[in-house]
Amino acid sequence: MAEAANFKAIGTRPIRPDGIDKVTGRANFGADLNLPDMLHGKVLRSPHAHARIKRIDLTKAQAMEGVYAVISSADFPQEVTSSLSKNILARDKALYHGHALAAVAARTPRIAEEALERIEVEYEVLPPVLSLDDAMRERAILVCEDLRTNDDESSPPSNVAATQRFERGDVTKGFAKADVIVQEEFRVPSAHQGYIEPHACVATSNPGGRVTIWCTTQGPFEVRSATAGVLNKTVSDIKVIPSEIGGGFGGKTVVYLEPVAVRLSELTGKPVKMVMNREEVFRATGPASATLCKIKVGAKKDGRITAATAWLAYEAGAFPGSPVGPGCMSVFAPYDIDNFLVEGYDVLVNKPKVAAYRAPGAPQSMHAMECAIDELAQELEIDPIDLRLKNAAKEGTIAPYGPKFPPIGLVECLEAAKRHPNYVNKPSEEVGRGVAVGFWFNIGMQSSAEVNIAEDGAVSIMEGSPDIGGSRASMCLMAAETLGVPYETINAHVGDTESTGFCNLTGGSRTTFATGLAVVKACEDVIAQCKARAAMTWELDVEQVDWRDGQAVPRPGVNIDVEPLSLADIAKTMSRTGGPLLGRASLNAQGAGACFSVNWTDVTIDRETGKVDVKAFTAIQDAGRAIHPSYVEGQMQGGAVQGLGWALNEEYIYDDNGVVENASFLDYRVPVASDMPMIDCEIVEVPNPSHPYGVRGVGETPIVAPLAATSNAVRDLLGFRINDLPLSPPNVLAAIDSTD
Amino acid sequence: MSKIYVSTTVNGRPEDVLCEAHQTLLDLLRDEIGLTGTKEGCGTGDCGACTVLLDDRLVCSCLVLAPEADGKEITTVEGIADSQDGLHVVQQKLLEHAALQCGVCTPGFVVAAKALLDRDPNPDEKTIRYWLAGNLCRCTGYDKIIRAVQDAAQELTPTK
Repeated sequence: MAEAANFKAIGTRPIRPDGIDKVTGRANFGADLNLPDMLHGKVLRSPHAHARIKRIDLTKAQAMEGVYAVISSADFPQEVTSSLSKNILARDKALYHGHALAAVAARTPRIAEEALERIEVEYEVLPPVLSLDDAMRERAILVCEDLRTNDDESSPPSNVAATQRFERGDVTKGFAKADVIVQEEFRVPSAHQGYIEPHACVATSNPGGRVTIWCTTQGPFEVRSATAGVLNKTVSDIKVIPSEIGGGFGGKTVVYLEPVAVRLSELTGKPVKMVMNREEVFRATGPASATLCKIKVGAKKDGRITAATAWLAYEAGAFPGSPVGPGCMSVFAPYDIDNFLVEGYDVLVNKPKVAAYRAPGAPQSMHAMECAIDELAQELEIDPIDLRLKNAAKEGTIAPYGPKFPPIGLVECLEAAKRHPNYVNKPSEEVGRGVAVGFWFNIGMQSSAEVNIAEDGAVSIMEGSPDIGGSRASMCLMAAETLGVPYETINAHVGDTESTGFCNLTGGSRTTFATGLAVVKACEDVIAQCKARAAMTWELDVEQVDWRDGQAVPRPGVNIDVEPLSLADIAKTMSRTGGPLLGRASLNAQGAGACFSVNWTDVTIDRETGKVDVKAFTAIQDAGRAIHPSYVEGQMQGGAVQGLGWALNEEYIYDDNGVVENASFLDYRVPVASDMPMIDCEIVEVPNPSHPYGVRGVGETPIVAPLAATSNAVRDLLGFRINDLPLSPPNVLAAIDSTD
Repeated sequence: MSKIYVSTTVNGRPEDVLCEAHQTLLDLLRDEIGLTGTKEGCGTGDCGACTVLLDDRLVCSCLVLAPEADGKEITTVEGIADSQDGLHVVQQKLLEHAALQCGVCTPGFVVAAKALLDRDPNPDEKTIRYWLAGNLCRCTGYDKIIRAVQDAAQELTPTK
C-alpha cells in the first residue's frame, strides 16, 4: 500500500502496555481476587445426562458448620423462564451430564465441596438423546417436551428448535448444466474453546440491592444484562468489573456462575467467590456444535460452479441456539454461485448448551464445502487455488447471505498463495498438501472510548473491551497515529460498566475495528479541543489552526509568527485555557468488512499408528490494515493451531448414557508445542473503507480453513477421503485398514 | 482440622505457613502467601499454568501437596525478574515477540523456559518444543513463544 509507508505508528510492533504485568505474574485474572470475609461457592452438577428431578433436599448441607447458604433453582425468580436461567440452575429436569442443580456458599472451598455431597437429589433417570440422527428421527426422545419447531404450535413437539432455508436461482437447472457433481456428507465433532483460565467470579451484594461482580469475561456489559435478566434486577443495580481474561474464544460471552454468586451473596450478606475446575469447564461450558453437513456441488469442466446445496444440522446442546445460522450464511460465502440452496437445523441433544467458538458455525459448514471443492479440483484436475480463483467472491459479488460485498481480499489472498514460496515448492511424495479458504463476517456494534490528557501530555485511553489478545497495544497505536504523539506516552485501560461508556463484548472480531474506531474519534475530539486552545492562545479563529505531527500550528497562509504548540505544551496550560482535555466518542460501528483467508497444510501419516503430523502450515489472510502486525499474526497462528487441534484430535467422547468420558486436558487433547510446526503467516492488506485506517477484524477467520486444509492434505496423501473429523490416530488407522 | 506447619523459602525469602493436609503447593502459594502469579488451569497437572521450581526441579504446583514444600526452595514467576536488573531475558523476549495474547499461561512458560535455558543455554527448536510440551497455550499456536525462547537463548550465548 502506498499510503502505508506514511504511517508512523501503525504497522510497528511495540511492546504491549500491559505486557510487564503479564510476564511477571502481576496481572490479575478471574480467580486472583479475594475480599475480606469472603465465602466460597461450589456447584452440584448432574451425574445424569437426562433425568427428571423429583426432589432436592438441601437441609443436611445447610446444617453443616461453615455453610452459609445452599440454593437450588427455587431460589431464583420463578417468573424468569429463559433458557439461560434454566441452564444456570436446572428446574424440573437435568438436561446434560454436568447441568448445575444446586450451589453452596461456605467458609472454605473444602467445606463447600463437602456440603455438596450432603445435598440429596432424587432422580428419575431418563434415556438421553445424544446424536443428531437420534434427535431428528421420528418419535425421538425429547429433550424438551413442549418445544416445537420454529414455535409452530400446530406441529408436534420436536428436538428441532428451528429451521432455516435460503436459496438463489434454480439448483435443478444448475446441476443439469454441471459436467461434474460432488456429493458428500461430513461430520465434525464438538470441540471445546479450551481457554486455559477457568470461569471465575466474585460477587458482593449490599442490603440496598446493589451488586458488584468481578469476573473474567469477554463482555462486562453482557454479564450485567444477563445477570440482571436471570435475577429480575435492573442493569443499574449491577456493576461488573472485568478482570484480565485468560482466553475466551467465544466461550466467555455467556454467564454460568455470576447469577449464582450474586444470589449466594444476597442470602449471606458476604462476598462470594466461585471458580470452576477444569472438569466443570468441559462438562458445563462451551462447547462448539457437533454437526452433520451434506454438500452437493456441481461444476463445468472449466471449474465454474453451476450449483450447490447444503443441508446443515447443528447440535445446540440442551437449549435452542446453535450457530447454524452463521453456518448457513458462511458455507458458500467465498464463492460467486448463481444457483444454491441452504437448509439449516438447530437441534437439541442432552449435552451442554453450545457457546460461540471463534467464527461460530463457520468451521463446520465450511469444512464440508472446502472438502467438496477439493474433490472437484481432483476430478477436474485443476489446481485447488485456480479452481477457487475461478469462483471467488470479489467486490460487487452479492454474498450468499444477502449484501453486496464491499472491497474484500479473497482474490488477493489466493494470488498471494500462488506466489508464496511455500506453495510454489511442491511437497515430496511422503507429504500430503491440502488447501482451503476461510471466511468470517465480522461485526461492528457499540463501543465507547474516552481519551484523557494528563497535565504532562501523557495520554490515557479508557475503553470497555476486555483485552484478550493485545488490543490495548492496538488502541495505543491508533491513538499515537491519530494524535501524532509517541506510542510510549499512551496507555490504555479497560473500564468497568460504570467507569466507561457502553461497550459490546470482545467478540465478532470487532475490538480493533469498532473500539478502535471509537478511540480514533475520541482522539480527533482531543485534537479539536487542542486546536481551540491553541487558537485561543494565539488569538486566531480555530479554522486558522492545523494539527500536524502532534502539534498545533497556524494553517499555511495565516500570517502569525508563533512556535508550534505540542500536546504536552497545551496540556501544561490547560487549566488556564478551559480545563481538562478529555476526548470522547461513542458509536454503533457499521461496515466491519468481511475477512477471508487461504491456508494450506503439509502432513505426513504414520501408516502403522494412523498419526497425522503437520509438517508445515501457511496462513494468508486479509487484515484490511494490520495495526500491530505481530498480534495479527498471533491471531492467525493461534486460530490455525486451534483449527488443527479440531481437525486432528479434539472431540467430546460420551458413553451410551451421555456421560462425558474425557473432561480433562489429559483426555481432551489440545495441541502442545511439540505437536506443531512454525505457522508461517502472510498478511494481505485490502483496506476496509469503513475504518479510517482500513482495519477489518482478524480474530475469527483463522480457525475456519485449517479443518478442511488438513482433511484435504490427508486425502492428498492417502488417495481417498476420510469425511469425518477428527483425523485422530484410531480414526485414520481404521480408514487405512478398511481400504487394505 | 489440625493445621500443618510448613517452613519454606519462596523466591529467596523464608515463608512459614500453616496449611491443611489436603492443600496443594499451588493453594499455599496463591491462598496462604498471596502469590497469585502462579495460575490454576486444570488442577490435574495437564496444563502447566501452575509451573514452579521446587529445589530447581520443574513441577506442577497443583500436583505437589503443600506440606511437601517444607524445607524446600520454591521459585515462582514473581521471583524470575530481578529487582535490580529488571526483567529476565525470557520475559523481555516474550514481550518483544508478542508471544502472549491472554497471558494466563505466560507465568508457567516463563518459569519453564528459564529453567530450560539455565540447563541448556543453546537448545534447538525441537528441544524447546519438547521441553515446553507440558505447558498449554491456547492463544498463540506456540510459534512466537518458541521464537522468543530461541531469541533469548541467542542473547544469552552470543555467537562469535
